[in-house]
Amino acid sequence: MINKVVSGAEEAIKDIKNGDTLMLGGFGLCGIPENCIHALVEKGITELTCISNNAGVDDFGIGLLLQQRQVKKMVSSYVGENAEFERQLLSGELEVELIPQGTLATRCMAAGYGMPAIFTPAGVGTEVAEGKEVRNFNGKDYLMEYAFDADFAIVKAWKGDTAGNLIYRSTSRNFNPVMAMAGKITIAEVEELVEAGELDPDQIHTPGVFVHRIFKGADYEKRIEQRTVRTKG
Amino acid sequence: MLDKNGIAQRIAREIRDGYYVNLGIGIPTLVANYIPEGINVVLQSENGLLGMGPFPFEGEEDADLINAGKQTITTLPGSSIFDSAMSFGMIRSQKIDLTILGAMEVSENGDIANWKIPGKMVKGMGGAMDLVASAKNIIVAMQHVNKAGESKLLPKCTLPLTGVKCIKKIVTELAVLDVLPEGGFKLIERAPGVSVDFIRQATLGKLFADDNVPEMVF
Repeated sequence: MINKVVSGAEEAIKDIKNGDTLMLGGFGLCGIPENCIHALVEKGITELTCISNNAGVDDFGIGLLLQQRQVKKMVSSYVGENAEFERQLLSGELEVELIPQGTLATRCMAAGYGMPAIFTPAGVGTEVAEGKEVRNFNGKDYLMEYAFDADFAIVKAWKGDTAGNLIYRSTSRNFNPVMAMAGKITIAEVEELVEAGELDPDQIHTPGVFVHRIFKGADYEKRIEQRTVRTKG
Repeated sequence: MLDKNGIAQRIAREIRDGYYVNLGIGIPTLVANYIPEGINVVLQSENGLLGMGPFPFEGEEDADLINAGKQTITTLPGSSIFDSAMSFGMIRSQKIDLTILGAMEVSENGDIANWKIPGKMVKGMGGAMDLVASAKNIIVAMQHVNKAGESKLLPKCTLPLTGVKCIKKIVTELAVLDVLPEGGFKLIERAPGVSVDFIRQATLGKLFADDNVPEMVF
């Protein structure tokens, strides 16, 4: 079995350089690769293009990279909840490409499945369709959308093994499995790292073939964005 | 005239037993509180969950378990979890029976605008464009007029579109309306105490109303 384990976030991101395109898993702050984001902040590389459903909040997640002006362009479906993001966007320091969420996920999927493009009805007749090829299948219009081309995919899983196999927990799965398949280099950080053979092959969500580097995250804050509860009784 | 809960309560009556339903943020979220006894529905959250349950009890929040509004939630017996591509796969392939979402404007041919106001900070469309482009049945929950008192039911949308020719039904604080396939809003029900004339004045798009439009009964 090929051993994919690296010492930590710093080693995992060692060859990410200025101007690279990164995919970052997560939905809101749920299932984001916290340790790699901290390491990217620490390393201080800039001019990044980040493909991620959201842009974090001011002081957590991708928001930390924005604070240090490390991001040139965000490719996302929803970027609310982030004042620094808004400031940089309005001042022209930051570029943003907004993409329907299903299109975002499926463009990742296409990359991971080795397909150059997909056809989706999302955005037909709207400004999202501008400049894109429209094809009619069975009487309905679809936009052609290209597979993403990312230098690195950085994902967070719950459990992983030394062979790079991954299991996600609950809705922190979100974009992580499709991004894991889509990176030229895929880096996975996990809460629990075990020896190959300890995970049930039937329960693996992402086969290790897609993962190039894996490490156990030193620490997870797992911040909750909207804490909603009900009271007993 | 209905309040937000009244709109949600009226929409809940459109839900049939066995439906898979996606609820948007805002008034649509309230619909879950009014699903009639004996009607079994499965709520989809497009971040990757079927079978969304209520908010957790205090102290039982799980950072790994949220809905598309990033709120902490729970699962129910029979729930399932999946990735984002599969989530939109079930939306695109029309496995979700009903989508309920809010809107800034709806036109008389069923176009919807709900994601962007020129000159204001754009937060993004999230999953709304995917949902409206594929759902077989969409109900819009919204106020009949905007804060400036202008009709949101228009001959043509003025804001950037989210989707075209996709809205079939609208429930507002004043009325239930169908969007006719040939164009125009058909008044189906009036909110308690609201006259057809009042609704007509609040509707800028073409409005069709029969002589005896029934009042909603709660």
